[in-house]
Amino acid sequence: MTIMNMSRFVTFLSLFALALFALPSLGLAVQPVEWQMNFQEAATPVAERLHNFHHFLLYIISGICLFVLALLLYVIIRFNAKTNPVPSATTHNVLLEIIWTVVPVVILIVIAVPSFKLLYYADRTDKPEMTLKVTGYQWYWGYEYPDNGGISFNANMVPSDQINKGENQSQVPLLSTDHPVVLPIDTNIQILVTGQDVIHSFAVPSFGVKTDAVPGRTNETWVRITKPGTYYGQCDQLCGTNHAFMPIEVFAVTKEEFAKWVANQNEGKTPAKAAGDKPADKKAAAETAAPKE
Amino acid sequence: MTSAVHADHSHDDHHDHKPGFFTRWFCSTNHKDIGTLYLIFSIIAGIIGGGISEAMRFELSHPGFQLFKDGQMWNVWVTAHGLIMVFFVVMPGLIGGFGNWFIPLMIGAPDMAFPRLNNISFWLLVPAFFLLVASTMVGQGAGTGWTIYPPLSTALSPHDGPAVDMALFALHLAGASSILGAANFITTIFNMRAPGMTLHKMPLFIWGMLVTAFLLVLAVPVLGGAITMLITDRNFGTGFFDPAKGGDPLLFQHLFWFFGHPEVYIMILPAFGIVSQIVSTFSKKPVFGYLGMAYAMVAIGAVGFVVWAHHMYMTGLDVDTRAYFTAATLIIAVPTGVKIFSWIATMWGGSIEFKTPMLWALGFIFLFTIGGVTGVVLANAGMDISLHDTYYVIAHFHYVLSLGAVFGLFAGFYYWIGKMSGRQYPEWAGKLHFFVTFIGVNLIFFPQHFLGLAGMPRRIPDYTPAYEGWNHISSIGAYITGVATVFFLFVAIYTITCGRRVSGNYWNVQPQCMTLEWTLSSPPPFHQFGIQPKVD
Repeated sequence: MTIMNMSRFVTFLSLFALALFALPSLGLAVQPVEWQMNFQEAATPVAERLHNFHHFLLYIISGICLFVLALLLYVIIRFNAKTNPVPSATTHNVLLEIIWTVVPVVILIVIAVPSFKLLYYADRTDKPEMTLKVTGYQWYWGYEYPDNGGISFNANMVPSDQINKGENQSQVPLLSTDHPVVLPIDTNIQILVTGQDVIHSFAVPSFGVKTDAVPGRTNETWVRITKPGTYYGQCDQLCGTNHAFMPIEVFAVTKEEFAKWVANQNEGKTPAKAAGDKPADKKAAAETAAPKE
Repeated sequence: MTSAVHADHSHDDHHDHKPGFFTRWFCSTNHKDIGTLYLIFSIIAGIIGGGISEAMRFELSHPGFQLFKDGQMWNVWVTAHGLIMVFFVVMPGLIGGFGNWFIPLMIGAPDMAFPRLNNISFWLLVPAFFLLVASTMVGQGAGTGWTIYPPLSTALSPHDGPAVDMALFALHLAGASSILGAANFITTIFNMRAPGMTLHKMPLFIWGMLVTAFLLVLAVPVLGGAITMLITDRNFGTGFFDPAKGGDPLLFQHLFWFFGHPEVYIMILPAFGIVSQIVSTFSKKPVFGYLGMAYAMVAIGAVGFVVWAHHMYMTGLDVDTRAYFTAATLIIAVPTGVKIFSWIATMWGGSIEFKTPMLWALGFIFLFTIGGVTGVVLANAGMDISLHDTYYVIAHFHYVLSLGAVFGLFAGFYYWIGKMSGRQYPEWAGKLHFFVTFIGVNLIFFPQHFLGLAGMPRRIPDYTPAYEGWNHISSIGAYITGVATVFFLFVAIYTITCGRRVSGNYWNVQPQCMTLEWTLSSPPPFHQFGIQPKVD
């Protein structure tokens, strides 16, 4: 056990170092920033399309709001009791009523076409190259890599009083975990999500991923990460007392780095695998591992 | 019904005879008294529900825990806030309060069709409210969210105690109250209109209440079924929502939202009606495109029943199902647009007086538009990947409810308080209340769009420090709104105790916009329309 933990620890150190050195040059520790008014940076094609679609919608809805505001201001200035003492008696105008029914329909069609394209594109990937299985627990996430030798671990939030106390000085309060998920870039990754106790929701904003973790069901989504970096997400479905405290932290690394990480994880794995197959034991393992951080 | 109407007439023929205090307020069968009880109830519940929101905003003004002990306590208060505001503030205020007061007055009826049923409707609400408030203090409370999704709400710790059962029974009682009230409204509107008032001549407020009553009768029993199954799952070992017993947690979500989506229209349609009356009165013009306005509400009500799963885009629904619900949801924007443009067209060419009710109505139209267009964004199942269960959703539904339905409540209050009490509020005070509230609520909810886009999830008591800036602004907005609301309470008390006495038609409603309540004195006699009015 000690040897295994040591090797894991070394892997983490190297990964943290990778994160620390690689990220400033790429500008990529994607997390919310103070006074942010827009999305977190997109790191997958789905997120990019989501952001483009949102900006397209934003133009339309801002236009509508400004149009309504302009009409209201005009009416207020032009038709108040002082400037227009005698009200008109007009109560119908069929053409006008047809226009304000048909024009919104046209706008909605203009919205619906790209919306459906996006919906079907984001749904799932045809050719998954690997699978990540995610299980929501009260209140942490369990991860399994069935295609990579069955690596599995749980990720708990780093408690606030331990933030940036260890080697990793770039931890983010309430978003960093003790065991980040490591994923390769430029790979179609199928993500299977389920819940063990209550409903959770696996959400990583930069990836354009959000899928409920429902007990008794396995939901599917996918990512293809385009840039190495650290990405954060949170549980997005009310799941009880510590709903706010089960974040998701993802290290996206190159394929080579990922292969190295997988090899490290699988080294001397036999005892870990036996223990790792039972959720209860995994939880116990995570608890004993936590103080080492 | 017939005997009640006869009794009313025999009273009404000679004196304005009122029963004693206990009989009048505790055994009331008079629609105006029951309406008053509903309004007082709504204001008291609003103080509690609003107080909880102030506490929540205080908690969220900085990262870390300020006020709440832990996440469970936070969840309990979030749940209480949602349920109180929906079932015990907006619905009793708009439907029970203004509906009871003004349906008979506006259709020329002496009272509601079933006056005693009316009394039961109100008095079911009181124990419901006590059960809900008490549930927050029993065991660890019901921290399930107003959506009470299983398995969180089934008998797992910390929801293994009686708190969730109490909340569910509160919903059952409130639901029974709503169904009985709605049956009463439908019967009254269909059978007791003055001669000459055809359906197509009813004021739009009555149209709004009629559609609302139908939505209640069709939607609330579904909630009743869902929570009954939840109660048996919790207490009698059934497994409707437990996958280990062959059930499905998503079944509950389908049932809940089959009720829950019409429910949001139940809250907003009466406000649509009130705004239509006010815009017409103060523009001195009849409502533009009356039939379009009436049938837009019918269309919203009908389509509102087939869009429920847009609350469930992330649950793993089939992609084609999501595409259908996207299309159906987008369609609702069309009748809503008709309403917005018709209100503007009503004002166009009018001679507008900017009295307090008109300010609230104008605020309603603009802010409802903002809430409406963010609804169009959220209707897209694809887009929802980024926005579902984030603060963007909180901002969206508070723009349509907190700034829509609640603005409708205030608009109705200022428009009709003179009619209900015979005394008028001071105009400057109403305007001050409006402007401070307008600034406050926009400060609360507009920055929440940014938080949502940045990824902040709903229903969390603590957040990563990056979210602090906008949360702090939002909390300041809540304090401003809180001050405005306390000011409103003083204005309301001043008005009903020593406001200026007013005549029957104190807004000087023009003949082309006339509705029957303005033909009566302010306040109306205890039993009105001794001689049945006729509508041309």
